Amino acid sequence: MIGINSYLFVGAVLFTIGVLGIFLNRRNVILMLMAIELILLAVNINLVAFSAFLGDLTGQVLAMFVLTVAAAEAAIGLAILVIFFRRRGSIAVDDVNRMHG
Amino acid sequence: MHPILFIVFLPLIAAIVAGLFGRWIGKTAAKTVTTGALFIGAFLSWLIFLQFISNNAQAEVVPVLTWIHSGTLNVDWALRVDSLTAVMLVVVTTVSSLVHLYSWGYMEEDPSQPRFFAYLSLFSFAMLMLVTADSLVQMFFGWEGVGLASYLLIGFWYHKPSANAAALKAFIVNRVGDFGFSLGIFGTFLVFGTVSIPAILHAAPGMAGSTIGFAGMRVDTMTLLCLLLFVGAMGKSAQLPLHTWLPDAMEGPTPVSALIHAATMVTAGVFMVCRLSPMFEASPTAMHTVTWVGAITCFFAATVGCAQNDIKRVIAYSTCSQLGYMFFAAGVGAYGTAMFHLFTHAFFKALLFLGAGSVIHAMHHEQDMRYYGDLRKEIPITFWVMLIGTLAITGVGLDIGTGIGFAGFWSKDAIIEDSWASGTVSGTIAFWLGVIVAMMTSFYSWRLIFMTFFGKPRWAASEHIQHALHGDREDPSEEHGDSAHDAHAVEVGSGGYHPHESPLTMLVPICLLAVGAILAGQLFHTIFVDPERAPAFWRGSVAFIRELQEAAEHSALWVKLSPAIAMLLGLWIAWNNYVRNPEVPAAFVKTFPGIYKFVSNKWYFDELYDVIFVKPALWLGRLFWHGGDEGTIDRFGPHGAAYAVGLGNRITARFQSGYLYSYALVMLLGLIGAASWAIWWAR
Repeated sequence: MIGINSYLFVGAVLFTIGVLGIFLNRRNVILMLMAIELILLAVNINLVAFSAFLGDLTGQVLAMFVLTVAAAEAAIGLAILVIFFRRRGSIAVDDVNRMHG
Repeated sequence: MHPILFIVFLPLIAAIVAGLFGRWIGKTAAKTVTTGALFIGAFLSWLIFLQFISNNAQAEVVPVLTWIHSGTLNVDWALRVDSLTAVMLVVVTTVSSLVHLYSWGYMEEDPSQPRFFAYLSLFSFAMLMLVTADSLVQMFFGWEGVGLASYLLIGFWYHKPSANAAALKAFIVNRVGDFGFSLGIFGTFLVFGTVSIPAILHAAPGMAGSTIGFAGMRVDTMTLLCLLLFVGAMGKSAQLPLHTWLPDAMEGPTPVSALIHAATMVTAGVFMVCRLSPMFEASPTAMHTVTWVGAITCFFAATVGCAQNDIKRVIAYSTCSQLGYMFFAAGVGAYGTAMFHLFTHAFFKALLFLGAGSVIHAMHHEQDMRYYGDLRKEIPITFWVMLIGTLAITGVGLDIGTGIGFAGFWSKDAIIEDSWASGTVSGTIAFWLGVIVAMMTSFYSWRLIFMTFFGKPRWAASEHIQHALHGDREDPSEEHGDSAHDAHAVEVGSGGYHPHESPLTMLVPICLLAVGAILAGQLFHTIFVDPERAPAFWRGSVAFIRELQEAAEHSALWVKLSPAIAMLLGLWIAWNNYVRNPEVPAAFVKTFPGIYKFVSNKWYFDELYDVIFVKPALWLGRLFWHGGDEGTIDRFGPHGAAYAVGLGNRITARFQSGYLYSYALVMLLGLIGAASWAIWWAR
């Protein structure tokens, strides 16, 4: 039987990779979206792991919700990206700073 | 309804109508209303005056409205009618109505005539309130009212910076005097517990010799009060050292100079001293001060008048000098004589000013006498009335039998005799100064006449005349020949210009005033100064010292003749210098350049005040403006706040880089910080 620590470790690793993916990635917004997906996945793993170990199904229900929201978010994010690419001809993160003060 | 109500309030109503509704009723209606109101007032005033002369009238007080009732201070609007008021009523309404009429012609081309006439009527109302005042507070109301009207009328041509400066100067210098006057009123209320003039005058002799604490010293009560009130009189009547505003006030239109700065407003100080004469009688020190100030002003202004070239300034300094006469007459105790000179002076000085206005009108607003000359053939009526005015001011007359002479002969000689008869040191000095000034009066008055009406025409050199010739193109054929020629020889010549006599609306008032200048002394000297008849006329409205008048009547022959001799001497000098031998003045200036510069620069009073008061005041003002207001309040207040907001915005805007990853980093750091706090510190 794999202990809960392993699950939490995997989750933490995924979370860290996701966060670093956001900060260190300067080229591609798609990578950033994927990093966000990774963070959500890490959360999901934590939720399911705790749910299974505590015998409480609420965590798994919540994980399903997160998956749904993540799918919707990815869809909207990609749609925005497509339009953005059409207008600007680039999806490099460094170019996306038109909202600066 | 007492006629005094009409006399006083018709001008006010006319001023309101002309001033507020002049735009709708049109300029002719505005002019008719104001002039009509003043002529009705003048008619009623003469009726009142004649009643007082024939002893058919009693002094009375006409109540109008309640005003202030606060504790022991009770002031009501009330119009006092007695002999003194009757004299002033006649002077004010007569000159004012004639000046109104004169302005029809003089201001013909001015675009804002309703405003001008409204101001004139407003002035007349304020002056009438002043002379009919029954309490010091009401007198102060009129006092400030005439000051306001004077300010508005000096600055009537508000597009001229010099007129605005002159108006401000008049207003500010008068504030100094008014400060003294108001202190005097406060002190009077403190001492007597009332501001009612009859009550004060009744109680004044009893206060002689008492003392009061003032500025940490014990001083004589009556001396203090009288001197404070006299400071007000000095400001209003342009006495040394508060005289500087009067010559500058000549920036106003000439009818204004005639009415306000010659005949009426500037005599308000003399009137006030006479009205309060029982108070002044209670303080010999104050009387001596009045004499000194009057005599010195009289002398000072006459010397300056001798060296002025602007025709209106000559007459302005002459006014200042004649006011000095009135004050030292009052100072030696001859209040009736002071009022007499005020009365006659109003006629001949208004005449001289309006005559000068007629000359200026004829010469296309050229005021410099150096560009006049030989005008007597061109404007003969103006010449003759100016001559009458000059004969009146110089005091031409014969002391044969009961005497016969022009207005100034009676009043000025009476003043000089009174000052000799007073026998005091100040009176004797005033006498000698008065005689010397009589000579200078004669000199500068005849100089004016000779420079203006005699000699060769010197018009061509005047810019105004040139402007008239080339601007209007009245007479093109002559213009080309003469002006081209005169461009090289500017010294003499008419430049092809033809002065035109003034319209009838200007000549009629001058001629009426000329009648006054001839007859005012002859007809009225008995009721003003005669030791037998005058007390019955004045009936206590001024303190009348019968012994002084009797002594003056019986003064030595040389005393009586001295002003006439001085007058002839002045006439001879003027004739010699400006007709017989016109090179003499230039030679004199060359010989004594110091004296000439000193006198023509008005004894450097303006420069002195500039250094002592104006410059420091401006410096202080700039300090408060730049250092206090801009440097402190604005810098740390509104401007500082605006700057701080802008700075804060620039700093926070830098955080908003637009890069998603930096936002995410900040979010993460914030999250870590918040989580750490929640876990470690806020357990």
